[in-house]
Amino acid sequence: MKEKGFFYYRKKAVNYLMIFLSFAAALAAIIPLAFIFYYTVSKGAQYLNLSFFTQMPKPVGETGGGMANAIVGTLILIGIGGGIGVPVGIMTGIYLSEFGNKKFAAVVRFMADILSGVPSIVVGVVAYTLIVVPMKHFSALAGGVALAILMIPTVTRTTEEMIKLVPQSIREAGLALGIPKWKTTLMIVLRTAWKGIATGVLLGLSRAAGETAPLLFTALGNRFWSTSIGQPIASLTVYIYDYAKSPFEDWNNQAWTAALVLILLIALLSLLFKIITRSKYKTN
Amino acid sequence: MENIISVKNLNAYYEKKSHVLKNVNIDIPRNKVLAIIGPSGCGKSTFIRCLNRMHEVVGGTITGSIELEGEDLMKTDPVLLRKKVGMVFQKPNPFPTMSIYNNVAAGLKLNGTRNKKTVAPIVEKSLKQAALWDEVKDSLDISGINLSGGQQQRLCIARTLAVDPNVILMDEPASALDPISTSKIEDLIFELKNDYTIVIVTHNMQQAARVSDYTAFFYMGELVEFSETRKMFTSPDNKKTEDYISGRFG
Repeated sequence: MKEKGFFYYRKKAVNYLMIFLSFAAALAAIIPLAFIFYYTVSKGAQYLNLSFFTQMPKPVGETGGGMANAIVGTLILIGIGGGIGVPVGIMTGIYLSEFGNKKFAAVVRFMADILSGVPSIVVGVVAYTLIVVPMKHFSALAGGVALAILMIPTVTRTTEEMIKLVPQSIREAGLALGIPKWKTTLMIVLRTAWKGIATGVLLGLSRAAGETAPLLFTALGNRFWSTSIGQPIASLTVYIYDYAKSPFEDWNNQAWTAALVLILLIALLSLLFKIITRSKYKTN
Repeated sequence: MENIISVKNLNAYYEKKSHVLKNVNIDIPRNKVLAIIGPSGCGKSTFIRCLNRMHEVVGGTITGSIELEGEDLMKTDPVLLRKKVGMVFQKPNPFPTMSIYNNVAAGLKLNGTRNKKTVAPIVEKSLKQAALWDEVKDSLDISGINLSGGQQQRLCIARTLAVDPNVILMDEPASALDPISTSKIEDLIFELKNDYTIVIVTHNMQQAARVSDYTAFFYMGELVEFSETRKMFTSPDNKKTEDYISGRFG
């Protein structure tokens, strides 16, 4: 056998170098996440107690209290946003991959890509013009619509990509059994792609839950308890914004706690999706 | 012999540009096995995909006429047609998110037959007909993709049988399987022809000789020869058929 020469060792060295570089890049990517976690936990956890979830914000000057209204508000806002954005997004995705004619689908796809790049504050302005101005006051509905618009492109594009991953042979199997196309799409193709679509929905909801800018002049915020979709509504993000820039130390601390709660909320949502989409069957 | 399908002057195209089948005339006898042979790209698969109108799913068009039991195929609703003319594909394609039971029940359930008392016996009967029942009867609720390739293909056959078709089209059903699974599928075809008309596309000449009663040889989109299998493999009329069968080309 030929002796291992210079090129052999060079190849080996390059191989190890590349592995090291990609490992380093992966590490660099998770460091910010680790910091975010560290700061929110270390600063927010000490004020995290039951009353944060059950009590209302205290008036200026008094310490303590909670953000029950903001937690419920955020849930309502992503509920409205998801209620509108998820079905529209999923159905648009289905249209693009299964039914769309080439030209129109290309236009829709291009628009969705642009929409996903539109700054969220601009979407807020749109919702303001469309809903707040005609209704003459801020409302949870306006905030929810703004969040829906932000969710749609994410959900649409993930749905389309996930449905495209379903092999053509699965569609043909359905059609060949005499199952109409719409039923094949809904009951077979969509079910096969469901896990991936759920990931897209989760991404959309998480993004919406973390938005502040479009809520400032749509949902506005509310220091009182309100679950009406026609009235201004509190949200964790707007509270974080208000409390973090306030001069009161107690409020600053509560902002950290609100941030922690928001992260936990999204983590909980992820967990919930994992459980819902868990496969019914064991695979070898 | 009585014919179940009658094909006259069939021409098939893909997006008008490529002319895949040229003037095909063939009568398919009832409750027999017809093997379609020919080199790759000769139009075998396209031909059987015309018979359940799956050709148009991929944007193909046809001219000429196909009659199933005297009725014009092109005037039949494709959804209804495909219940009468089932199809088994080259690669086993069970529905990945469904259990074995639901794979077989899919055609019934998704077409509105939901009553368990009706569906369960049909599932059992279909799995028995597909010679899979004994292997899966204790694990009907596991996913279909946990089965071996050969079992998956028999599952797909059971799924087709459950809709109770008259004709079963098979597009190289054993070409992705090992020899043992292949022989199981072939035995199955032999059993099934009592109740069904079977049209099977195959690349494997021995397989055609083993399983079929009639054989059609396609070449470059044309039907070159159609006769009883025994005759085709012993004394073909056409020189091209003889060359292909004896392995001189293709």
